[in-house]
This record gives sequence, C-alpha cells and structure tokens, in this order.
Amino acid sequence: MRDVCVYGGLATVWALSYAARGIMETVQRFRQFVIGQLNQLGSMLLLLLDIFKTTFSKRPRWRETVDQMYKIGWQSQAVVVVTGAFTGMVFAVQTYLQFHKVKMDTAVGPVVSVAMTRELGPVLTALMVAGRVGAAIAAELGTMKVTEQLDSMRSMGTAPVDYLAVPRFIALMVGLPLLTAEAMFFGIFSGYFVGVHMCGIDQAYFLNHMYQFTSAKDVASGLIKSVFFGMFIALISTYKGFNAAEGAEGVGRATTEAVVVSSLTVLIANFFLTVVFSKIIPV
Amino acid sequence: MIQIQDLHKSFDGAEVLRGVDFEIHDGETLVIIGRSGGGKSVLLKHLCGLLRPDAGRVIVDGVDIDPLSESELTPIRKKFGVLFQGGALFDSMTVFENVAFPLREERKLEEPEITRRVEQALTVVDLLKAKDKKPAELSGGMRKRAALARACVANPKYILYDEPTTGLDPVLADHINDLVLQTRDQLHVTSLAVTHDMTSAYKIADRIAMLHDGRIHAVGTPKEIQATTDPIVRQFIMGTAEIQTEVQRGTETVS
Ligand SMILES: Nc1ncnc2c1ncn2[C@@H]1O[C@H](COP(=O)(O)OP(=O)(O)O)[C@@H](O)[C@H]1O
Ligand SMILES: [Mg+2]
Repeated sequence: MRDVCVYGGLATVWALSYAARGIMETVQRFRQFVIGQLNQLGSMLLLLLDIFKTTFSKRPRWRETVDQMYKIGWQSQAVVVVTGAFTGMVFAVQTYLQFHKVKMDTAVGPVVSVAMTRELGPVLTALMVAGRVGAAIAAELGTMKVTEQLDSMRSMGTAPVDYLAVPRFIALMVGLPLLTAEAMFFGIFSGYFVGVHMCGIDQAYFLNHMYQFTSAKDVASGLIKSVFFGMFIALISTYKGFNAAEGAEGVGRATTEAVVVSSLTVLIANFFLTVVFSKIIPV
Repeated sequence: MIQIQDLHKSFDGAEVLRGVDFEIHDGETLVIIGRSGGGKSVLLKHLCGLLRPDAGRVIVDGVDIDPLSESELTPIRKKFGVLFQGGALFDSMTVFENVAFPLREERKLEEPEITRRVEQALTVVDLLKAKDKKPAELSGGMRKRAALARACVANPKYILYDEPTTGLDPVLADHINDLVLQTRDQLHVTSLAVTHDMTSAYKIADRIAMLHDGRIHAVGTPKEIQATTDPIVRQFIMGTAEIQTEVQRGTETVS
C-alpha cells in the first residue's frame, strides 16, 4: 500500500512537472511570437515614418510615381470592374429575392448603393488589389533585395525608400480610391441593370429611392477608407519585400505574407474605420 | 586611405568577422582572398556602410563612418563604385539606364553629357551595342561588364569588386582582369577586390591579404604570398581539398 502511494505520488509529480514544462515551453514560444510580432510592427512603423519624411523632404520622383500608378492603378482596372460589377449584380438578385417577399422591391436600389459605397466597394477592391499589387510589389522588391540590387542602389547614394517605396506608396494611396470609385460605379450600375431589366423593378422608384437613401457621406466614407487601405497595402508589401530572406524561397515567403497580412489588415481595419466613421460622420 | 580596425560582425549568433584589421593605401589594388562563405562579401559591404559593424571601425579618408546616418553616408558612398557579385544590375532598366543611374541621381550633369559619359563607359567594356538590352537578355560576362561600367562611370575614388571573375570562363575572366587593370591605370583608382580566384588575384593585386576564420591571416605582395610557407595560405592557393585543412588545423576546427 505504501509503495502504491509512493509510486502514485512520484507519477503525479512527474506528470505535473512534465505538464508544467509543456506549459512553460508553450508560454516561452508564445512570448517569442509576440516579441517577434511587436518587433515587426515597430520596424513597420519606422518604415512608415521614413516614407512620410522622405515624401516631404526629397524631390518628388514623377517618372517612377506615374509608372507605378500605371502598373498599380491602370492595369488593375479589369479585375476591379469585374469584381464590382458581379458583386453589385449578385447583391441585387439576393436582396430582390428577399424584399420581393414583403413587396419592397424598390429597396433594392438603396441597399445595393449603400453597401457598394460604404463597405463592399472599398473592401473588395482593396482585397483584389492586395492580391494583385501587394504580391507584385513584395516579389519585385524581394527579388531586388536577394540579388543585391537594393544594396547596389544604396551604394550609389540613393535610398530604396526614396526611389522604390515612396512612388508605390503614393500610387496606391491615390490609385486605390480611384479604383474603388470605379468599383462603386460598376457595382451600382450593374445592380441597377439586374434590378430593373432582369427582376423588373420599377426604374423611376429604383432610382428615386437610391438617391434618397444614398448620400455623399456614404461615398466619402468609402473613399476615405480606401486611402487607408492603400496605405496599409503599400506599407506591408514594401516592408515584406525589403526584408525578404535569402533565396527564391525567401521571396516566395515574402510574397505570400504580403498578401495574407495586407488582406487581414484591410478586413480588420475596415471594422475599426466603420466604427470611427459612424461616430464622425453619422449616417 | 581606408582603415579597417578590429572589425567584428555576427549574424544570428554566428560570428563571421572576428577582428579584421587592414589598410588600403591610396592608389593600390588590394585583393582579399578567402574561402567561400568566409565573410568576404560581408567585409566588403562594411567599407561603404552597407552593413554596420558590431564592433570595430571603418575609417574612410580619416572619417569614422560608423556614427553616420544613412543620409550622412551619401557623400562617403559617392566616393565608391561597387561591383557586386552577381552584377546587381536593375532588372527593370536597360543597360544604358543602369549605367546612367549614378549620374542621373547626382543631378549635376545635363542629359547630353550623361549620354556621352555612359556611351564612353560602355565602349570601354565593349557593350555599346547592347545598351538597349535588359539585364535578363545578357550573358553572365556581359552583366559583369555592364556592372563594371556602372561602378566606374561616376569616377569614384575607390572601387570595390566582389568576385569579379567568379562564374566566368578563363578567357572572359582574363578580359575582366584586364579591364580592372585598365580602370586602375586610367582612373587612378584605389581598389579592393575579394575573390577566391588566385589567377585573378596574382594578376591584379599589388598586395594580397588572406581572410581566414574571420581575421586577416596573412598579407603580402603576390610574390610573397606565392612563396609563403604558411600552411593555411599554401593550402588555399594550391587549392588542395578541404580534408587536409581539418587535419592540419587539428582540433581547432571541430565544431
Ligand atoms: N545579411 C545576412 N544575414 C545573415 N547571414 C548572412 C548575411 N550575409 C552573410 N551572411 C552569412 O555570413 C557568412 C559569410 O557570407 P559571405 O560574406 O557572403 O561569404 P563569401 O566569403 O562567400 O562572400 C555566410 O555564412 C552567410 O550565410
Ligand atoms: Mg561573396
């Protein structure tokens, strides 16, 4: 009996210490993860400061900026138009099916337009651009990092932030709102088309209610959001590119992380921006 | 003159440089030899402040560059032309634009003058015909030559070469060596080359220094190096297999 107690006691102590060690290891790993993330956040903020400082202290680089606006903005239009149009269309169909049951067909107009301008337009456009442009920026800058092109630029006295980051930053902060406006327009227009010509909603009431319930504030809040989204995508993608690890694998990882982190940041930031805007610009 | 004093650098706990000391005198070509992965590129990047030392000093023309910020380093960096290992030409630009880059960034010269100087530099390296090509369309040797033209075009005081001949066939390698010598004679530059190509080292060096175990193990003229009895240097310049070093150095390398 005594033996059983002793062995039982020992086993318990062993199990407890094992569990404690497991917990401590997990805590340790979690701590390192948090420290790593905070470190990265800190470096990103420093990069952001550097970008702002450079934007206002160095001569503007028109050529590179226009070039980036073309690549980032102009060439993203097809993706954005398709996204906006089909979202508007599907939204019109779904809301019609619901509102039709309660004989409120004409509510489809304002619902589509408010959703497109306030939330869907800015968020979906930002997500598409994060995938297309964020990946391209991280891959290009990451390749430049691992092939020593960034070092060679610095060795010639030109800061990569000045030559590479600032033009992309400006192009995204200007380009994304324009793309968002385009997505809003095509979303509402195709929603109108589906609602009026396919579902048979009365055209005059559709438009009338849409104007009545959609204000300039809705459009403004969507566009202002997209300026922030553009800033986040540019910052995260340039950061990931500039800090790519050696080799093709490093560039691949930088690219994936740029897309994932920018997309999540857009979604999370959207919630907080919505909350803040609802305080500053009441509906 | 560039002075390197007791330079230390580690990455993630791995010590790459453990107290490097040497000087580059004005007008000379110093070649640093050493094994691949021995920290030659890391050392070279410290000279113009691309990497910051953990300890030790880099003094360029009497100025300690360590306390300088990235923007304060710009005037120091303008004294340097750097030929990176893979060339490090900008992919998105043509050969011409690559070579014009340092001049355009300086914003001192007018465009016709820039064109003249770039074409002159491209003629020297025999690449004028390829000036509108992108780096991706060039062979390895052409890329090195284009990068050499870019390193020299702004008339730097110092040129740093990172393995200028590595990866080229012997004929092309010799052509690059000739270009290095020609650059030295025409522009009167001071150069530092790092390489593991002994043929190249003998040909271009005024002095050779061997980087070993994170320190400068030996320095001498090419003749002195060739005649040395130091086992580590001999083993390197003869190119005998690694296994012998392990035996010669005994317990020291077990890690
Ligand atoms: N930026 C860096 N980050 C981490 N490790 C590095 C970095 N640069 C070089 N190293 C490491 O330093 C060592 C020396 O590299 P390097 O100077 O490139 O050697 P080599 O003599 O062939 O030029 C290598 O082990 C390399 O992995
Ligand atoms: Mg190297």
